[in-house]
Formats: sequence, C-alpha cells, structure tokens
Amino acid sequence: MNQAIQFAYLFSAVLLIVGMQNLASPKTAPRGNLIAATGMAVAIIATLLMNQVVSYTVILAGVVVGSAIGAMLATRIQMTAMPQMVALLNGFGGGASALVASAELLNYMRAGEEPVGIVPLAIAMGVLIGGLTFTGSLVAFGKLQELVRGAAVVYPGQQIVNGLLGLITLVACGMVVMSPLDIAPYYVMLGLSLLMGVLLVIPIGGADMPVVISLLNSYSGIAAAATGFVLGNAGLVISGSLVGASGIILTKIMCDAMNRSLTNVLFGAFGAVEAGGGPAGAVETRTAKGYTPEDAAVIFSNSRSCIVIPGYGMAVAQAQHAVAELAETLEAKGISVKFAIHPVAGRMPGHMNVLLAEADVPYEGLVEMDEINPEFPETDVALVIGANDVVNPDARTDKGSPIYGMPILDCDRAQHVFVIKRSMNPGFAGVQNPLFFNDNTMMIFGDAKGVVLKLVESVKDLA
Amino acid sequence: MLDNPAAALTIFVLAIFVGFEVISKVPPLLHTPLMSGSNAISGITIVGAILASGTEERTLSTVLGFVAIVFATINVVGGFLVTDRMLGMFKKKPSA
Repeated sequence: MNQAIQFAYLFSAVLLIVGMQNLASPKTAPRGNLIAATGMAVAIIATLLMNQVVSYTVILAGVVVGSAIGAMLATRIQMTAMPQMVALLNGFGGGASALVASAELLNYMRAGEEPVGIVPLAIAMGVLIGGLTFTGSLVAFGKLQELVRGAAVVYPGQQIVNGLLGLITLVACGMVVMSPLDIAPYYVMLGLSLLMGVLLVIPIGGADMPVVISLLNSYSGIAAAATGFVLGNAGLVISGSLVGASGIILTKIMCDAMNRSLTNVLFGAFGAVEAGGGPAGAVETRTAKGYTPEDAAVIFSNSRSCIVIPGYGMAVAQAQHAVAELAETLEAKGISVKFAIHPVAGRMPGHMNVLLAEADVPYEGLVEMDEINPEFPETDVALVIGANDVVNPDARTDKGSPIYGMPILDCDRAQHVFVIKRSMNPGFAGVQNPLFFNDNTMMIFGDAKGVVLKLVESVKDLA
Repeated sequence: MLDNPAAALTIFVLAIFVGFEVISKVPPLLHTPLMSGSNAISGITIVGAILASGTEERTLSTVLGFVAIVFATINVVGGFLVTDRMLGMFKKKPSA
C-alpha cells in the first residue's frame, strides 16, 4: 500500500509541475490551474489512505472549516484587493507549516525519542521560516488593507535591535537542533520567529510591497519543503521547493524593476515616515499646469495614438472599468490605445494586468516596459493614471535622485502627456517628479475614476 | 519514507532547478495568478497536517494539526479558486 502512495506522490508532483508549465500562456493557464489543483487532490487522497492515518473526524472538521473560509475569501475578494489576499494566503501557508513542524516535535518529545539526521534542523527551519512568514504576512496584509499605517515605520537603533534579535533567534535555533527534546529553546525560537516577522516587515513601505509579497511567497514554499524533510515526504519537498523557486524569481524581477538590491528593499526603509520634508534645498518653484478633462478631450480627439500608464492610483480609485471605457471610446474614434505596464506598478507583480483584464481590456493591448518604451516618441498622447515614480525622468538623468537608475516608462517623450493625480503630493519615494513641470505635460487634478469618466463624456460630446 | 537525507536534499535541489525553469517562462502578464496559484501549492503542507492530526490519540499535536489543516485548506481552496477566477478574466472576449 505505502509503495502505491509513493507513486501517487510522484504523480501529484508531475501534475503540479505540468500545471505550472501551462501558466506560460493565458490560453492554457486556466487548464494549468485545474491540473495543479488535481495534483493537490491526488496528494491529499494519497495521504488519507496512509496506514498511520486512522482518525478522520479532526481532519474532516478542519477541511470543512478551511474550505468554507477559503471559498468565501476567493469569491468575495475584489480584484483591487488581490495583494492583501495573496499576503493573507501566504500567511496561512507559513503558519500551517510552522504548526506541522511543531506538532512533529511534540510527538518526538512525548515519545521521548530523539529525532535523527536532518530532521531536527528541518523542524527548526519549519518553525522559524513558517512562523516568520505567518506574522510577516499578517503585517503586510494589515498595511495593504490599511489597518495599520502603510508607510515604513522606523526608529533609532532599529537595525541593531533586529540584528541582535536575529542572532538570538539563530542561537535558539541551534539549541533546538542540538537538543530537540528540550522544550525551552523551542518556545524561545517560536516566539522570536513570530516577533521577527513583524519587525522585519514594519520598516518596509507600501510601494515596496511587491518585493515583500514575493519574498514571503518564497518563504511559505521553503517552510513547506522543510516540513517535507521533517516527515520524509518527497511530495512536500518537491512542491515546497517549486513555490520557493517561484517566489525567488518574482522577488528578483521586482528588485530589478526598481534597480535596488534585496538588502536595500528589506533594510533601506525607503520612503520612511521620518524621512519627510524631501531632499534639502530642493524647494520647487515651478508650477504645474492644471487642465480640465474637457481640455484633454480636445487634444485626444486630434490625436491618433495613445498610451495609457496605469499605477496604484487607478487601483485605489477603482478606476479600471472607467479606463477600459475610455479606451473603447477612443478606439471607436480610430485612435489606437495601448497600455504600458511597469513591472512594479501596483502593490504586487502583475497587479495592473489583472485589474485591466477584469475590466475586459484584451490582454494583447497590455505591453511590457521594454517593448513599449521605443514607441513613446511616435505617440501623440500619454495618459498617466495614478502612477508617479515609474514615470519620473529623474531616474534616467539625476544621479542624486533616490530613484536614479530605476528603469522607467519614457512617457515624457510622447507629444503630449496627461497626468491624472489627486494632488501635487510626491509619490512613495518622496521625491518630486519633474515630469509634472515639463512643457508638454498637462496635469488633471482629481480622483482617477471621476476624471476618466468625465474624459469619456467629453470625448463622446466632441463627436 | 525518505530516510536518506542525501536523497531528500537531492530532490530538494533538483526541484528548485525545475521551479526556476518552469516559472521563468511565465509572462509578467500572469504574475498575479502565478503568485496565487503557487500560493495554493504551498498549501501542500496540508499533507503534513493530515499526518499530524490523523492519529488515534488526542494530544496537543492533534490540536496543532487541526489548526494546521484549517490554515492549509484555506490556502489550497482559496488559492486555487481565486486563481481560477482571475484566469477566467484573461479569456479573449468573443467580440474582440
């Protein structure tokens, strides 16, 4: 029987990998998700059939409760809130792994049997990484849901405190590995890992969340892989490492898109609360020109091509449907419309794509940064909706700027640039954006959704 | 079942390479569904949770196992469902 279960795990791992492979194209992706879900079902059924599983009541109760909560979350969540949702799911995954590793350790203690080989280390890693992922994800969730302040929270000596606590955590980990049957080091390690999760995420600001979520995603996978080592279960090891790898790749893509190292994102406290006031001496004397949606409509009507640059502001204003309507209206007038998607636009990888897909914008019109940048000089109108740092020309030219070197969308090179923004407040990075003061830039102040809807109306009226 | 640590580590390392290969082919367009989908997969830890709570005796481990099952199931069910919902939006419009 157990031999058959081993084969079932292999089959499950193959299905999970094939499922992920199918995510390579939007056409095959829904099937891929289904294949992966089947793989998961195979692994669960195989486990239920194992000899050591004799009581099903607790399992059934847990599955019923978990399914109800999971299904409710998945069906009710708004697409704009997807970053929070993923953060929350990461947390549950990490928490589950920490609990499994803890349960195994307790079993060893109760039996008075010393775990051997790699098992003690795997238990320590499962508790440590899982616990850290759990609380870290909850803090990220709180920030994204705006339950707690989104900006970076810093205090004097923060790095030193974190460093010391990290060191103590590692020592506790070492003691758990050395003498796994002692309960005290376990408690210390558990408590500190939960604390570290909180402390490591609070100094990270809102716009750096894409990196944090990707990294926590990776951790939740690694924690699952660690429990695989604890249980000697190959299926867990394979699936966990797949997720770990996925998170690492996304983390790297996000860091590259900001031209910052992972260390800088995690410990740089970018956009910190206390940093306020902006760069010394750089008092802005120029004034940005404010225009109305009606003014913009005239220029739109006389143009032939338009590139829309959506940012987090579009998500906050829930403006994706209005934006899709604008694109449709313009296209009906023979104006070509494309969307330029910066990798870190929004609060998680791919955030803008999902929102626009929800509003029925065909995905062929969503173009990646490197592909669209050469098109700006030949474009009549660039429309920036709630994006700021990703269109800041200082990133190209001003060596002194905190965002120097970050790859940006070159929308300033278009004939006309419209920027829809609530106010002149600087973006997340706390730096002023010279784009707003360019001769070819026209600001339209207001809520993204309201402005875009008025723009749609005005363009239609001109017909 | 994986008594040999070297064998387990081998699987771990090779699986990470497979992961790098497979994931790097996913376009940025689908990065959000990729995250939620891989999230669901990290709920595989439910296997461990089942093993921890399916024993005959009722101990603290069973309690931990129960909570672990709830957490992991939220992860699995929520992750796959929300991914499916999102991917449905990327379907081509019939009119387009």
